[in-house]
Amino acid sequence: MKKLIINNSILPILTILLFIVIVWYLSAIPMNSEKVTRQFKNLSFTEHVEKTWNLKKPKLPTPHQIVNEIINTTFYKKISSKRSLVYHGWITLKATLAGFILGTFLGIILALGIVHNRAMDLSVMPWVIASQTIPILAIAPMIIVVMNSVGVTGLLPKAIISMYLSFFPVVVGMVKGLRSPDQMQIDQMRTWSASPNQLLWRLRFPSSLPYLFASLKVGIAASLIGAIVGELPSGAISGLGARMLAGTYYGQTVMIWSALFAAAFLAASLVFFISFIQNYTLRKMAILR
Amino acid sequence: MISVENVDLTFETNDGPVHALKEVSLEVKEGDFVSFIGPSGCGKTTLLRVIAALEIPTKGNVSVNNMPPDDARKAREYGYVFQAAGLYPWRTVSGNIKLPLEIMGYSSKEKEERTKKVIELVELKGFEKKFPWQLSGGMQQRASIARALAFDANILLMDEPFGALDEIVRDRLNGELLKLWERTGKTICFVTHSIPEAVYLSTKIVVMSPRPGRITDVIESPLPKERTLEIRDSKEFIQIAQRVREGLKSGHLDEDL
Repeated sequence: MKKLIINNSILPILTILLFIVIVWYLSAIPMNSEKVTRQFKNLSFTEHVEKTWNLKKPKLPTPHQIVNEIINTTFYKKISSKRSLVYHGWITLKATLAGFILGTFLGIILALGIVHNRAMDLSVMPWVIASQTIPILAIAPMIIVVMNSVGVTGLLPKAIISMYLSFFPVVVGMVKGLRSPDQMQIDQMRTWSASPNQLLWRLRFPSSLPYLFASLKVGIAASLIGAIVGELPSGAISGLGARMLAGTYYGQTVMIWSALFAAAFLAASLVFFISFIQNYTLRKMAILR
Repeated sequence: MISVENVDLTFETNDGPVHALKEVSLEVKEGDFVSFIGPSGCGKTTLLRVIAALEIPTKGNVSVNNMPPDDARKAREYGYVFQAAGLYPWRTVSGNIKLPLEIMGYSSKEKEERTKKVIELVELKGFEKKFPWQLSGGMQQRASIARALAFDANILLMDEPFGALDEIVRDRLNGELLKLWERTGKTICFVTHSIPEAVYLSTKIVVMSPRPGRITDVIESPLPKERTLEIRDSKEFIQIAQRVREGLKSGHLDEDL
């Protein structure tokens, strides 16, 4: 059954991928043409096309250029080197994970408060929602600057921005999850005179886990975005965000795109990792079968 | 022993007050099997919930084993079986039965012993390690009854426990419930909307009618304590069933239907 699903989905995915690559190469020709005609004279059509696909600083780099750059900066540079994509990825990953853990804790604590305290139930949620209506690009520099002025630099400010983005899905999911037991299940606990703690740990929390995992998947992707956004205004010299920014300063489009793909790969891996834990846990709990 | 005296219960809703129970009085003796029967909205479940201290009456007195219901709940005087089995999907059958024992702080040795005992009582031996989804609806409800019996309360409150099951399974579980009642000597309060079920099981049938929820008839059953399914074809059985039906009808007359 599982094999069938993989076989059934791999062909459509590859078809779309092929389509994207074709469109990409075709678009690279007109976008990079101007630069080629400026640099080279008297080219035949095939030579011209070939040049548009292999410029050093193209407007639109082609897939093979990006792949080459990624392979080059991932496997052929020492991972402690500033030119290594692994090094930059690791810097961003650290901030992402720190922010994700902080955000998850904050989200769960707020959700517990909202579910257990009527005053918090009425007052907190509108502010949580309001916090997400502020563009992260506006608030990120402020967080960096304020924290810089009190001497906090490096990982923590970025982690705070990640937390700011990732706590939201966790709050929303956990409030729903902790409230998912129905009245009958709660009455049943009452007939046994269960304490609020017992109600939480034996009923509400296990019931909320499917909701929590769904939120964590959204949260970890948001965390990565937070960490990258946090690297943009900080004048940071390392991290995937810094790499993208450096790329734009020096017109190194291939560098920007390879950092972009590295970030996308990182995000996908993180989401898959959470999915894996989710499947394992819920299967073990016999919620998923 | 349960005694209910002049109990009134009014729910405040957006459409004004709803009179769920009006001047309800009732005595349940130790070892009785009492059925509450009536159409929906007659307050039979509400009455059971009042006894279980899940609802607080607006007026009147309730005592359960000579205690206010809330104290009786804290003293673990009753086990409550809901309409849905309400087993936790992440716990096995024995894990589910242990749940109230964990909450009540029994030692692990005692948890094992009690679980073993009630699993045998409801004939679920061999299914201890199964998860709820691996059981049929009837077996799930039996596990739920075992869970209510695990802490040895002498009163069993059951709110339409077999309402969601098909008739064949229901007949079997009714028979098993009678056997269990005989073996354990518990006092059972049983809410149902099935006349044959009420007559077959009970020593006392409480007929209720809606708007406001009240008791219209209390029938002491002359049927012997030992009952087989065949008893349902006997003359006495049919007579009692007729009287229940009359009681239900008279309740409806008040509504000018």
